Amino acid sequence: MNKNKTLKSVLAALALTVPLACSGIAKAEDAINLRMTIWSAAEAHLKLFNEIAADFKKDHPNVTVTFESLPFDTYTTALTTQIAGGNAPDMAWVFETAAYDFVNSGALYPLTDTLKAAPGYNLDEVSATATERWQKDGTLYAYPFSTSPFAVFVNNDVIKAAGAKTPAELIAAGEWTWDNAIATASAVGQGGKVPGKGGLIVRDFNYQSWQNLASIWNGFGAAPWSADGKTCMMTEKPMVDALTFIHDAIFNKKAIPGPGENVDFFAGNAAMTITQISRASLLPKDKPFSWDLVPLPKGPAGDYALIGQAGIGVMQSGKNAKTAAEFVAYMTNPENSAKLSRFFPSARKSLLNAEVLKKTNPLLSQEQIDKVVIAGIATGKVIPGHTGFAQIQQTVRSGLDAIWRPDADVAGTLQTICGQIGPLLKR
Amino acid sequence: MAVAQDNAIPEGRSSSPFWTVARRDSLGGFLFIAPQLIGITIFVLIPLGLVFWYSLHEWNVLANTFTYTGTQNYQMLIEDPNLPQVLGSTAIFSAGLVVLNLSLALLLAVLLNQRLAGITVFRTLFFSPVVVSLVAWTIVWGFLLQKNGGINGMLQLFGIEGPNWLRGETTAMISVIVVQVFKNVGLNMILFLAALQGVPNELYEAARIDGAPRFKQFRRITLPLISPTILLTSIITIAGSLQVFAQIAVLTQGGPGLSTTVLVYYLYQQAFQFHFFGYGSTLSILLFLIVAVLTFAQWQLRKRIVFYES
Repeated sequence: MNKNKTLKSVLAALALTVPLACSGIAKAEDAINLRMTIWSAAEAHLKLFNEIAADFKKDHPNVTVTFESLPFDTYTTALTTQIAGGNAPDMAWVFETAAYDFVNSGALYPLTDTLKAAPGYNLDEVSATATERWQKDGTLYAYPFSTSPFAVFVNNDVIKAAGAKTPAELIAAGEWTWDNAIATASAVGQGGKVPGKGGLIVRDFNYQSWQNLASIWNGFGAAPWSADGKTCMMTEKPMVDALTFIHDAIFNKKAIPGPGENVDFFAGNAAMTITQISRASLLPKDKPFSWDLVPLPKGPAGDYALIGQAGIGVMQSGKNAKTAAEFVAYMTNPENSAKLSRFFPSARKSLLNAEVLKKTNPLLSQEQIDKVVIAGIATGKVIPGHTGFAQIQQTVRSGLDAIWRPDADVAGTLQTICGQIGPLLKR
Repeated sequence: MAVAQDNAIPEGRSSSPFWTVARRDSLGGFLFIAPQLIGITIFVLIPLGLVFWYSLHEWNVLANTFTYTGTQNYQMLIEDPNLPQVLGSTAIFSAGLVVLNLSLALLLAVLLNQRLAGITVFRTLFFSPVVVSLVAWTIVWGFLLQKNGGINGMLQLFGIEGPNWLRGETTAMISVIVVQVFKNVGLNMILFLAALQGVPNELYEAARIDGAPRFKQFRRITLPLISPTILLTSIITIAGSLQVFAQIAVLTQGGPGLSTTVLVYYLYQQAFQFHFFGYGSTLSILLFLIVAVLTFAQWQLRKRIVFYES
């Protein structure tokens, strides 16, 4: 009797605890932790991302998303090192210059089906030019969540003190060309009336990131390589003219600070800077100066625009790639894209109107939004990129060092560079 | 008593016990060095084997492919058009660093080997850069070496127009060497100082009685007696010079051109920036061989240049 009772008790206890334990195990197995690597560490950005992740969790209680900030300068290196070490993130931001490497290698999970299946996503409203670099054979592998046009920020105080014409005056007179822009920059950079100030700074170029010079050479109709990426075009006349123009602006006209000269526009120390509009947040609040934002000047090849992009991709190797793709679909749906566009301009047509952009870019005037942001995103070419870009970038950077000296042979140097990168482009 | 013990050994058993004194001693010895051996195995030997294994493969990190390619990476090494210049830059950097570092360290050690009030302050001053963070040290020097930086600002006070230090091929190499020398000269200086203080005073007294001038005393007494330290510091400095990375990455990124692209920086570019982990591993093997050969050669040379070795 006692034996039976004990046996029954044990069985009853097992009957009660095993399903509970199993349910516990099942719950633990269902928990999904997703990690996204990003290159921003800005508090406001992280706050917004965490809010979006928290909203996603409401419908997906088992999914937790964390954002890992990696240093901007070494972002792609750090990301590939994580992948090589078997610690790949579930999702990653990808630079536009590295897009071809990530998309063509098969490292990313295809997103088209997931994005199209997401309720109210409306992928078709994202402009084809914006997604061009992020797809292969008609399938989107990363979503370009940031499409930010390059423009010229102007310090009117410095320019007026130098007695030169401001870009606004040149635009009003229909004379906003590269020649006149450099003349204005030169009046400041020569240091006659305003000593110690710089002329025009191509931000982030620093005689290293030469691809940012596309903000000038695109106006000359120049490109480093052909549209199919197979042929070096740096020896063509437009590129030789553009780099000769830039060289002259640096070493003869003193319009652009030379190699090794550090000048910060946003500290009020330069006449103009070419950068993306998202940098408006760097404008000083304590000692403000009279600033303006204008489109890139007209070049010999006419009007043009340049955009920088950033994409979000899902790593194919991740255990939870499907869930990660669903999160990307949620993060970049129309509603969240509107929130993100406060920092990262969206390529969605519904968000490319003055009303929305005015809310998200309160520092910009109506005219600046129309002429710089909307026109820039609609017509801009993306900054150069290529498969194996890091090696090509380094080879060209190393070659261009021969141009950044007063007595340079521009055409000869470009010939040498083409000889060096020719085989890399064909790979 | 001894006879009684001998009788205790059973007949026909000729072998001695396994744990002899010699074996016990060697086991003890092995146990003492075991932590170090385990560390070397985990952190040096296994990674070295893995790097060699990787060097026989093409490893595409993004595509997640790892293909055996045999000696293809070694063939690539021989045909790499940039490698001669990279090896040249590495040799110039190492030679410049070793010569400047050792001579300056020795000079400072001789100057500071005096019984003067407050000499400790100077010794601390020259040693202090050794304990400063390398990257912080290099970033500060990066600002000083800008065209409109602190060094050219000082030169301008004397009416001298300074060069663009980090943008000229020669000046960039000189800059990275000097930055590295100032960072680490204190360590060698302390080693030389310790060696100098170990030289017996009687030898100098005898030399003075014999009328030997100070330079001759230095050449005939000091140098021979501190030659083991010269050997040690030269091995450490050469091996260290071949591993320099942070200064190049922060100050010049290997430029202008390839003028300051030393071997370690080049292999970092190949592996971590261009994602050629297989070829990067091949360059690591080359670096390992260069360090090994140089260290072995120096060790062999000690018989000729080291006059006194305990």
